[in-house]
Amino acid sequence: MSGGVDSAVAAARMLDAGHEVVGVHLALSQSAATLRESARGCCTIEDAGDARRVADVLGIPFYVWDMAERFRRDVVEDFTAEYARGRTPNPCLRCNEKIKFAALLDKAIALGFDAVATGHYAQVVEVPVARGGVRRELHRAVDSAKDQSYVLGVLDAEQLARAFFPLGDTTKPQIREEAAERGFFVARKPDSHDICFIPDGDTRAWLGRALGEAPGDIVDTDGAVLGRHAGAFGYTVGQRKGLGLSRPAPDGEPRYVVEVRTDTNQVVVGTADLLGVDAITGDHARWCGPAPAGVVRVGAQVRAHGAEVPATAWADGDRVEVRLDERIRGVAPGQSVVLYEGTRVVGSATIASGRLDRD
Amino acid sequence: MLPVAVAAMTEQLAQVGNASSLHRTGRAARRVVEESRERIATAIGARPSEILFTSGGTESDNLAVKGTYWARRDADPARTRLVVSAVEHHAVLDCVEFLVRHDGAKVTWVEPTSEGFVEPEALRRAIEEDPGSVALASVMWANNEVGTVQDIRSLAEVAHEHGVPFHTDAVQAVGHIPVDFAASGADLLSVTAHKLGGPIGVGALVARRDVRLVPLSHGGGQERQLRSGTLDTPAIRGFAEALVQATETLEPEARRLTALRDDLLERAIGLGLGIRPGGFWAAGDASRRLPGNAHLLIEGCDGDSLLYLLDAAGVSCSTGSACQAGVPQPSHVLLAMGLTESDARGALRLTLGHPSTPSDVDAVIDALPGAVERARRARRATS
Repeated sequence: MSGGVDSAVAAARMLDAGHEVVGVHLALSQSAATLRESARGCCTIEDAGDARRVADVLGIPFYVWDMAERFRRDVVEDFTAEYARGRTPNPCLRCNEKIKFAALLDKAIALGFDAVATGHYAQVVEVPVARGGVRRELHRAVDSAKDQSYVLGVLDAEQLARAFFPLGDTTKPQIREEAAERGFFVARKPDSHDICFIPDGDTRAWLGRALGEAPGDIVDTDGAVLGRHAGAFGYTVGQRKGLGLSRPAPDGEPRYVVEVRTDTNQVVVGTADLLGVDAITGDHARWCGPAPAGVVRVGAQVRAHGAEVPATAWADGDRVEVRLDERIRGVAPGQSVVLYEGTRVVGSATIASGRLDRD
Repeated sequence: MLPVAVAAMTEQLAQVGNASSLHRTGRAARRVVEESRERIATAIGARPSEILFTSGGTESDNLAVKGTYWARRDADPARTRLVVSAVEHHAVLDCVEFLVRHDGAKVTWVEPTSEGFVEPEALRRAIEEDPGSVALASVMWANNEVGTVQDIRSLAEVAHEHGVPFHTDAVQAVGHIPVDFAASGADLLSVTAHKLGGPIGVGALVARRDVRLVPLSHGGGQERQLRSGTLDTPAIRGFAEALVQATETLEPEARRLTALRDDLLERAIGLGLGIRPGGFWAAGDASRRLPGNAHLLIEGCDGDSLLYLLDAAGVSCSTGSACQAGVPQPSHVLLAMGLTESDARGALRLTLGHPSTPSDVDAVIDALPGAVERARRARRATS
């Protein structure tokens, strides 16, 4: 329970469904040291308090679990290391894979719980299989504006078997209404948008502090120097804003980051047409059910709130090849490509590279 | 809350009257307050004029520590050092840290033994580092976590050898073990009602008449000009009723709880799960460990996991403290006693009181093996 409206209603719905429910708030603060040294120095006081307040209204026990160390190791360090390699990671996927449905779930199971329910907007559909069993499938939420199945595309069948997403069949406005009806004062609490460990939203400044400044050149595709940067790691393929180039392009076209070269500490900029990609190679494949056998037709999504593009995909062990039916822009290495079959999430892979195979 | 306290308080709530007023209802309220003051004074070996009513232990500690610091420093600017045990409650610790951070105080922490005792010799060494600089010495009567009872008389004597006023936070002791303010030699003693069966929100600072204090709150000049604010007559009456009853039943109740505590500790240790007692413990002894305090150190566990598992089994217990967000913190008391952070995280405090029975101890002993096994698995799962 983050302290927000979604997990509050999720807890209430699990309780209504007849489960025994205990609320858990994760303390993920980066200031783990201050958190231990001073009894008064944590950063999530208000959110933890909001979550506790909801748990009290529901009459359920509530605990704060300190996962700061695991979070630092598995999410924050991975985030920093990925950027240092010139890639653009999505820490929410990593957190779901390694913390919420791994460390948290493992601890919960050890303590005798059966499953973890969260306020993510996604649906688990139980499909009957042979001999009376069921297979649990992950599907998009009915509220397509709020759908969060993308960040859950890393869950494997074992994790899904112990996951509940009670909000997937409802729209966000309805959840807010329900929260108000249930008397939760968090009903009107604004959504959080930023990366939780970068509360001011300034990722580049955060990376500058984490990795140190590394000034270098911004160049065009011919290698001509157009400007300077404070660290190539702070740039993302497809980025247009914040390049600080004084000289406009000769043709007047806007310029985008088309490549981040951490080996030479160069940021390469070019015109939009250089960003087009119709083939993606991914690694770190994660399947939300059985791995696809052979070539499959899928929908591919490369950003949390991006559009789904029809594609053909095949898996080769940990690697996934995706051939897109149409050209898309802004495919940044390190992000995840999540594959769908209808509304069902097939699985995901971390984007290693994108390229243009066809003209 | 003890039923006699509830009854007395309920009756008093229906009475109007401000104990500071001169009219009839005021006089009636004042009579209740002063009778309560006398009963409380008698119960803890003090004179009525030495009882200053406060809102509870925290306020009493604040008034004792800050009030004495300011008064002593005003009289002699050299007296800015506080000599305080490292196992105090946060109500004392945080006052000290406040004065250090904002008001030029220095502090010498007196470390306890591995059993939680603050030795008079350790206090002497701390004071004698520079006796002329000491504003106040403070050592709690009984520890809230591990139940260790200090030799207050000897500690107060050491302080007085150097003319240093001595404060003791007796919140955990009063009503549970014999506490005699005059005989203890302490100059200042904090007490709260809700720890002895009285209402929440009332307590007292017992202060010798010759102790100089600067007040924290100013206004109507109640309580010897040291604690302004209208007195809470019903709460004060409930406090007195509870303390009188707790004092009357103290001896048999302490014997009963000591037996329960010993049974719990012996059987918990006997489970063969690597459980050991935190702090000093000798079977049958209630003079060096609180009768109702059973503190367990359980290797390889996190206290919050144990707390959840035991709570689910119907056993209410507590771990150390938590930060404001609720993240469990290793106890400063256990760390001061020399435990590692990892061991300190596996601490469990079980408090036995009026409603506790042998079947409660059975329930704990039945629940422990399963809880410990699961809590250990939970820690392994997240390390």
